[in-house]
Amino acid sequence: MLSRIAESLFWIGRYLERAEDTSRLLEVHLTLLLEDPVVDEEATSEVLLRVMGIDGEASPDHQTVLQLLGWDETSLTSMVAAFYGARESARRSRETVSLEMWEAVNTTWNMMRGNRLQHVPAHRACQLVRERCAVVGGIADTTMTHDEGWQYMMLGRQLERVDMTSRIIESAAYNAESPYAWTQTLRACGAHHAFIRTYRGAATDAQAAEFLLLDRMFPRSVLVSLQAAEDALASLESTTGGRRTGLTGEALRALGRARAELEFGSLEETMAHLPERMSRLQRTCSAVNDAVSDHYFDGAGASVWRAGVR
Amino acid sequence: MTGAFTDYPTTPSIYDETVAHRGEVRPGYEQIATQFDTFGLEDVRNRGEYVSKSYHDQGVTFDYEGEERPFPLDIVPRVIDAQTWSHVEAGVAQRVTALEAFLADVYGPMQIITDRVIPRHIVTTSNHYHRVAFDIQPGNGVRVHVSGIDLIRDGEGAFRVLEDNVRIPSGVSYVLTNRRAMTSTLPEVVGTHRIRPVAAYPSRLLRALRAAAPSGITDPEVVVLTPGPYNSAYFEHSLLARLMGCRLVEGRDLVTQGGRVLMRTTHGLQPVHVIYRRVDDDFLDPVAFRNDSVLGCPGVLNAARAGNVTIANAVGNGVADDKLMYSYVPDIIRYYLGEEPILPNVDTWRLEDPTHREEVLDRLDELVLKPVDGSGGKGIVIGPQASRAELDQLRETVSASPRGWIAQPVVQLSTVPTMVDDGLRPRHVDLRPFAINDGEKVWVLPGGLTRVALGEGELIVNSSRGGGSKDTWVLSGDGRRTRVEPRAQRQVQIGTAPQVALKRSEAEPAEQEQQQQQQLADQEVGPC
Repeated sequence: MLSRIAESLFWIGRYLERAEDTSRLLEVHLTLLLEDPVVDEEATSEVLLRVMGIDGEASPDHQTVLQLLGWDETSLTSMVAAFYGARESARRSRETVSLEMWEAVNTTWNMMRGNRLQHVPAHRACQLVRERCAVVGGIADTTMTHDEGWQYMMLGRQLERVDMTSRIIESAAYNAESPYAWTQTLRACGAHHAFIRTYRGAATDAQAAEFLLLDRMFPRSVLVSLQAAEDALASLESTTGGRRTGLTGEALRALGRARAELEFGSLEETMAHLPERMSRLQRTCSAVNDAVSDHYFDGAGASVWRAGVR
Repeated sequence: MTGAFTDYPTTPSIYDETVAHRGEVRPGYEQIATQFDTFGLEDVRNRGEYVSKSYHDQGVTFDYEGEERPFPLDIVPRVIDAQTWSHVEAGVAQRVTALEAFLADVYGPMQIITDRVIPRHIVTTSNHYHRVAFDIQPGNGVRVHVSGIDLIRDGEGAFRVLEDNVRIPSGVSYVLTNRRAMTSTLPEVVGTHRIRPVAAYPSRLLRALRAAAPSGITDPEVVVLTPGPYNSAYFEHSLLARLMGCRLVEGRDLVTQGGRVLMRTTHGLQPVHVIYRRVDDDFLDPVAFRNDSVLGCPGVLNAARAGNVTIANAVGNGVADDKLMYSYVPDIIRYYLGEEPILPNVDTWRLEDPTHREEVLDRLDELVLKPVDGSGGKGIVIGPQASRAELDQLRETVSASPRGWIAQPVVQLSTVPTMVDDGLRPRHVDLRPFAINDGEKVWVLPGGLTRVALGEGELIVNSSRGGGSKDTWVLSGDGRRTRVEPRAQRQVQIGTAPQVALKRSEAEPAEQEQQQQQQLADQEVGPC
């Protein structure tokens, strides 16, 4: 597979997941503002933006949040921008992704381009983004060959899921004084129903955190996502001749280390240093991303030709 | 009788392909006219809108000044009967064969110049005659793997050649998608015609590209080289790559090492044998051409010269489709093939010939002037529509560089009914049939791209000037398809599976079910 195409597929995975998770995060934030009468709109918005990597927004209100994380195409963190990223990556690899998948991606983009989501009720806009991501993901799973290219997409998706879930959990940690914080966090991860069913409603914050971090049955838990990313990476290694050392070895090690720390570390300690632990997970994702890029996508960047030297 | 084409206007000097001057519908269009009458104008219009919507979602687009636009497809097909088509087909194949011979000659022995059929300077002063390509021997001798010969129908309805495209002609993807779109939008109409299919194009192209592989390569790696998603024809590049199952590469995916071309993959560098390039000569190889190009791959031309890679279409083909060379093509056909041209040219004056020039400069206000290098309708001046100032300016430009211009009479392109705001109205069309040369035979895709100028009276049909397209139907035989009745089936009871039988009949229309039961009762109803 061409390195450039592999990179595109990896980023389709990342962007799709990012769009989906951003929509969850945004929707929950909006619900929280409505449902909790004592919540400080400005402080909560600031935390949310900080968690998403936006600093220095002066006294943000929910409109600012909606714009920056929602429908603004020029804001790099918005769900529309993330979907645009997926669409451009799919366009670059249009002969590789399945026709049905391309059409699903493109139709979705036509629904949201030109700030169209601005004119849809925010709740509906978030729902639309999530549904369309599920459609695209589902079509990809059932119409693409599960070869190397699909594995890159899976790797991208899982890595992004770890990254985003850790951010969602981090935001809960900052909002710990709100009685709704963990309920909202569970909702943001699409885990509320699963959690209630698992613990029959009588559960503590620590159990909620445990569920999101460690549950082996829940497909969006950090542990399951890390494991899935490892599996994708391992299967990519086996297609490239099983080079188990070097840069991807490093990527695998980083994933394994993060997983082991979660799995075998004590939950109390994790809970005590939750923001710090979550930041560390995000750093792991970024390190894995870099290692994979260096190893598989090398040379895929634009090359420069100058007087006979490329 | 009132119908879809009842108040359809016709003009005596213009050939309308659907409606003759007396208002009667021409052969080939009768069924469409009847069916459109049945639908009614509103239904036809709605179906047209459905097509645009689906093109938008499928991303059937072209890039216009950095913006992706859906390629407009008109709902009325253009029909060409079997006999007319066989004439066009033979004419296109003849022309491509002659142009192949010409290219092999001018990049080799130059016999045609020695024999004084064409003046030497016409070849050597062409901007597309590349000395770096001299004596490169292509894999199976083919240089024009893909060509698009632009045709028009004149006032009498006769096909004439307007222009040859043997560099990197585009548009074939729309031929393929237009047919699919029409099939889903007008199934009743498509279903009652026998239309020659176009879907074989990608496999024909792949076969020709594989046949052109360097010698000794039995299973060549064929790639499609694109300038990238911002190129106006990117949709086409990705579609062809997908349908051929080839990789779509950009210049930066390729490297040359030791006279070989390799591509960067996740498994390391891997060899490439045939490049179906959709990058212009000038940008293809910065070593040989523009050294500021990042779209190409440095050294690819040397690899071709060494015989390690085939570039399709070959580098330097532009010398044959230059609009000045166009005026010599009838002579080229006579010289190499010893035949008379089957499809005539449009009359052409060469500005570099002093007597021609004098005549043209006298009649600037009634002729069309075209720059020999232009494409997409760029730089064309239509005399009768130009202002005095424009004509004075033109006179100066032409006198300063006569080699760069040709002149032609204003040809009234034929018209075909087209859905516009006012309903169905005549709009000018041209036709670009595509031909593939695999080294054994020149195969002409039945149909080709019909481009239509959507403005009233507008003569330039290019998409960059707001043109649209039509599905082009080449009819087979008399063009009519008789309904094939479903073969009578004996119902077989297998164990306990009545649910399955029930489900099957549920899915079918009740009438058909009754019909089948009727046939069952009649037992055998002879083979269909």
